[in-house]
Amino acid sequence: MEKKLNELSAVELGKKISAGEVSVKEALDASFAAIDEKDGEIHAYLEINREKAYGRAEDIQKRISDGSLKHPLAGVPVAIKDNMCTEGIKTTCASKILYNFVPTFSSTAVENLEEAGAIVIGKTNMDEFAMGSTTETSAFGVTKNPRNTAHVPGGSSGGSAAAVAADECSCALGSDTGGSIRQPAGYCGVVGMKPTYGTVSRYGLIAYGSSLDQIGPITKDVTDTAVMLETISSYDKKDSTSVDRDDTNFTSALIEDVAGMKIGVPRDYFGEGLDPEVSAAVKKAADDLKAAGAIVEEFDLSLVKYAIPAYYTIADAEASSNLERFDGIKYGYRAEDFKDLHDLYKKTRSEGFGPEVQRRIMLGSFVLSSGYYDAYYLKALKVKALIKKAFDDAFSKYDMILGPVAPTSAPELGKSLSDPLSMYLGDIYTISVNLAGLPGICLPCGRDSKGLPIGLQLIGDCFKDSTLIQAAYTYEKIRGEFA
Amino acid sequence: MANVISDETIEYVGILSKLKLDDEQKEQAKKDLAQMLDYIDQLGELDTEGVEPMTHVHPFTNRFREDEVTNGDDRENILKNAPEEKDGSFVVPRTFD
Amino acid sequence: MSKEYETVIGLEVHVELATKTKIFCGCSTAFGGAPNTHTCPVCTGMPGSLPVLNKQVVEYAMAVGLATNCDITRHCKFDRKNYFYPDNPQNYQISQLYLPICRNGYVEIETGKLSVNQKNAGMTESGEVKTKRIGIHEIHMEEDAGKLVHDDWADASLVDYNRSGVPLIEIVSEPDMRSAEEVIAYLEKLRMFIQYLGASDCKLQEGSMRADVNLSLREVGSTEFGTRTEMKNLNSFTSIMHAIAGERERQMDILESGGKVVQETRRWDDAKGESYAMRSKEDAQDYRYFPDPDLIPVDISEEWIERVKASQPEFRPAKIERYKKEYGIPDYDIELITESKRMADIFEEATAICGQPKKVSNWLMVETMRLLKEKSMDADKIRFSPVHLASLIKLVDSKVINNNSAKEVFEVMFEEDADPEKYVEEHGMKQENDEGAIKSICEQVIEANPQSVADYKGGKEKAIGFLVGQVMKAAKGKADPGTANKILKELLS
Ligand SMILES: [Mg+2]
Ligand SMILES: [Zn+2]
Repeated sequence: MEKKLNELSAVELGKKISAGEVSVKEALDASFAAIDEKDGEIHAYLEINREKAYGRAEDIQKRISDGSLKHPLAGVPVAIKDNMCTEGIKTTCASKILYNFVPTFSSTAVENLEEAGAIVIGKTNMDEFAMGSTTETSAFGVTKNPRNTAHVPGGSSGGSAAAVAADECSCALGSDTGGSIRQPAGYCGVVGMKPTYGTVSRYGLIAYGSSLDQIGPITKDVTDTAVMLETISSYDKKDSTSVDRDDTNFTSALIEDVAGMKIGVPRDYFGEGLDPEVSAAVKKAADDLKAAGAIVEEFDLSLVKYAIPAYYTIADAEASSNLERFDGIKYGYRAEDFKDLHDLYKKTRSEGFGPEVQRRIMLGSFVLSSGYYDAYYLKALKVKALIKKAFDDAFSKYDMILGPVAPTSAPELGKSLSDPLSMYLGDIYTISVNLAGLPGICLPCGRDSKGLPIGLQLIGDCFKDSTLIQAAYTYEKIRGEFA
Repeated sequence: MANVISDETIEYVGILSKLKLDDEQKEQAKKDLAQMLDYIDQLGELDTEGVEPMTHVHPFTNRFREDEVTNGDDRENILKNAPEEKDGSFVVPRTFD
Repeated sequence: MSKEYETVIGLEVHVELATKTKIFCGCSTAFGGAPNTHTCPVCTGMPGSLPVLNKQVVEYAMAVGLATNCDITRHCKFDRKNYFYPDNPQNYQISQLYLPICRNGYVEIETGKLSVNQKNAGMTESGEVKTKRIGIHEIHMEEDAGKLVHDDWADASLVDYNRSGVPLIEIVSEPDMRSAEEVIAYLEKLRMFIQYLGASDCKLQEGSMRADVNLSLREVGSTEFGTRTEMKNLNSFTSIMHAIAGERERQMDILESGGKVVQETRRWDDAKGESYAMRSKEDAQDYRYFPDPDLIPVDISEEWIERVKASQPEFRPAKIERYKKEYGIPDYDIELITESKRMADIFEEATAICGQPKKVSNWLMVETMRLLKEKSMDADKIRFSPVHLASLIKLVDSKVINNNSAKEVFEVMFEEDADPEKYVEEHGMKQENDEGAIKSICEQVIEANPQSVADYKGGKEKAIGFLVGQVMKAAKGKADPGTANKILKELLS
């Protein structure tokens, strides 16, 4: 059966547009029709950018037609997670405190996409300030998993993953601080990648944990991920932590070949807490890669369980400081009545931030406070160094690490938030990747008995993003169409 | 629970974080904070003697900007989202410093 | 009988650096400008914005550190200091706590010999000249805050971020000072170094140099420090002196009555001549410093340090010694000329061109000082070039103009750096040096003033002065008075 335009991958759609078979307007029509049809239920979007998108489409169409714009993503509709600034388009971080904030500049990653001719069609829902794993902490309502609407899409980039999975856009941007791209991609059965820290500029990304945050693509297949990542990667003068690398031609890694690649499978990832169906699907994927010529070995990664406490200490400490700027003075929500300045601060922030954000701000403030800094924050930074070292050791033996992206498939809506700590435990496979600045990719490797997607995660050493893309591309070919 | 958060401590954390908590929220916050600290205390099991704390994962240094003026008057944009504005400035409750 | 107390003082000095742009963004640091017109997303803390370090800030900080004998930290980092206040748009200040750029320095001060500033502050000479070393604990780089203006109409405050992000260095001394005299000597020494480096104009009144005073008392002979307070808002040498005296008194009263000094920050009110505690319940004074994840470390190589060292100027003490040997001008002149590097530079260059240190010094000491005072200008802001001063001196030496005309030209030169040769030419100010022409004027003057001629001939030597004056008047000031004097005497002999 012929696919509809919104069901095509970004690259497939881009080809039709550049060949003149499909107009940019038709591409937008298809995505917006899907949004109109499904987003009432899915709620992947917080803001639809219909009018401006059609305006831009005319300009892009002209430039494609006269040959001045040539890019695989030219004319392709993309969705942007709502923690990335978009000039003139409301950007809320799914928080009441930014309910009316309209940035006056765009994040560098968005600018890079727009320069390539991609068209921003809307802003996607997320956990408030990217703090959560289910998109249920959004101040503006939950997003449902398009594969089964009784379940969460994952988070925090749940809106982006759901929008891609529901064919409500061709591809999307997410951000990943502790798994926020890879885990929702896994839950929604799409591809998500967090590149090596510093590959994509953070300028314009509203910070959660600055040392951990990284923007990345969420797409329908690995080819789109490579194209999108290549497009958004840039050495940005405006971001001191962006890295000047000359190996960002990720599309050249779209090669079907894993022969001789050494893949390590950490035994520590397959212990208690891992759903047997997830375990089986991931192991099957490892076997498939082995059959294709990869050398697959089990090993002990060590320190796995310490990643979560170290992560929450560091991320929350940074967040407590990053979120201080939301005070009701320069932008966003301001409380109605207040006695004085400090009352204004306190009321604005208590009314503007949701419970999960407040919880993390308080923990973060506490671990940095006088008398606790060494015991908590500094200790976590040391553990981070040990975790990095454990990965260094692993990558001296293996080209990549293979494992699940999450212990289970997507939980049911409303089942996670009551116990924050057990929700945090679900981040066990993704979080250490951020602590060590590594690239990680997630792609679907099966479904469980409820029909929910299961995600396979590949983790590479710093700057080995291309190796991951090559292995993921190869696996995708072996696996065949994921429908 | 090993960690017990006192009323004074949660009050203090509220001042640091600039968050106003009602009594019920305070009790919840005390519990949540204590539970997380118990969990984080696991890190104490690891010997980190002599380990250099790692802030940045990459060893890069020295990102500079040259001392050249690149920005003009952007006041209109800067004030665009202000909850309250007067005479080209942000308005705050009267403060004494 | 009350105990004897020793005053222990340490200073935290904030200096605004003379960069063109702010520390983390490309906004101008220029003074003035309507509120918030020198701002961007970075210096107003917009969501998503990120800081990028201005290289010149590092260079200035290093230069000041090297001048004050500090060790330069080879691997330094920025930290965030977290506190909520509306002048601080991110509600954290980017500063340095754990690895500041300079550490372990010192400056040498002289006491017993009062400087102009100390005298102006009302101090009296204490006699014996002593040198003392004041330790510098550290120098760190940080960003300045915005300004709050109180709006009485609306009972509100208005926030202007034009100064937000202006680069500062904070120079933290050891608690090595024991008196206001030492404090002022120390500040003057710092100011001299920094001004000579061109790193800042260091004006207390305008806030480009701000000193916070940490003061405690201890019984004479004790080696333990007492509890200290920190005094802010001191914007002149006089207020520093008064604040030190006032705080010493206040602490002494507390100690004498058996009380305990509370460690706190106090604000000095110059008008009332007293200080008050700034602390409120909502200010926890717990800054939760941690390394700023948005900025990567600064590595300073040996080569970089050497480069900065090589471009250090000759500082004042060395200059004074050299001037004494080289120029043969009075010590008093040397003191004043070297007070500003700009003045000293003009002196040296002009002297190198015209070869007449005394004449150059004279122009600086008399006319320049007079005009500076008249226009209440700083010597750093002198506009005229040493080349023009040298050519003015040459014009007088070669009698192209006389002294009176030279003063007139100098005023224009001082205003707009006019080229004296051109100016004299364009305004027809060249004096009449043709003896024939002067002679005929002299003859007319003799003719018209028989009484004075008679007086002169009758032995009244002074009468010649009047006649010279008449010649100058007739020549519209363009005659050389020496020549006129000579010719008159010849004619009347
Ligand atoms: Mg400071
Ligand atoms: Zn700026």
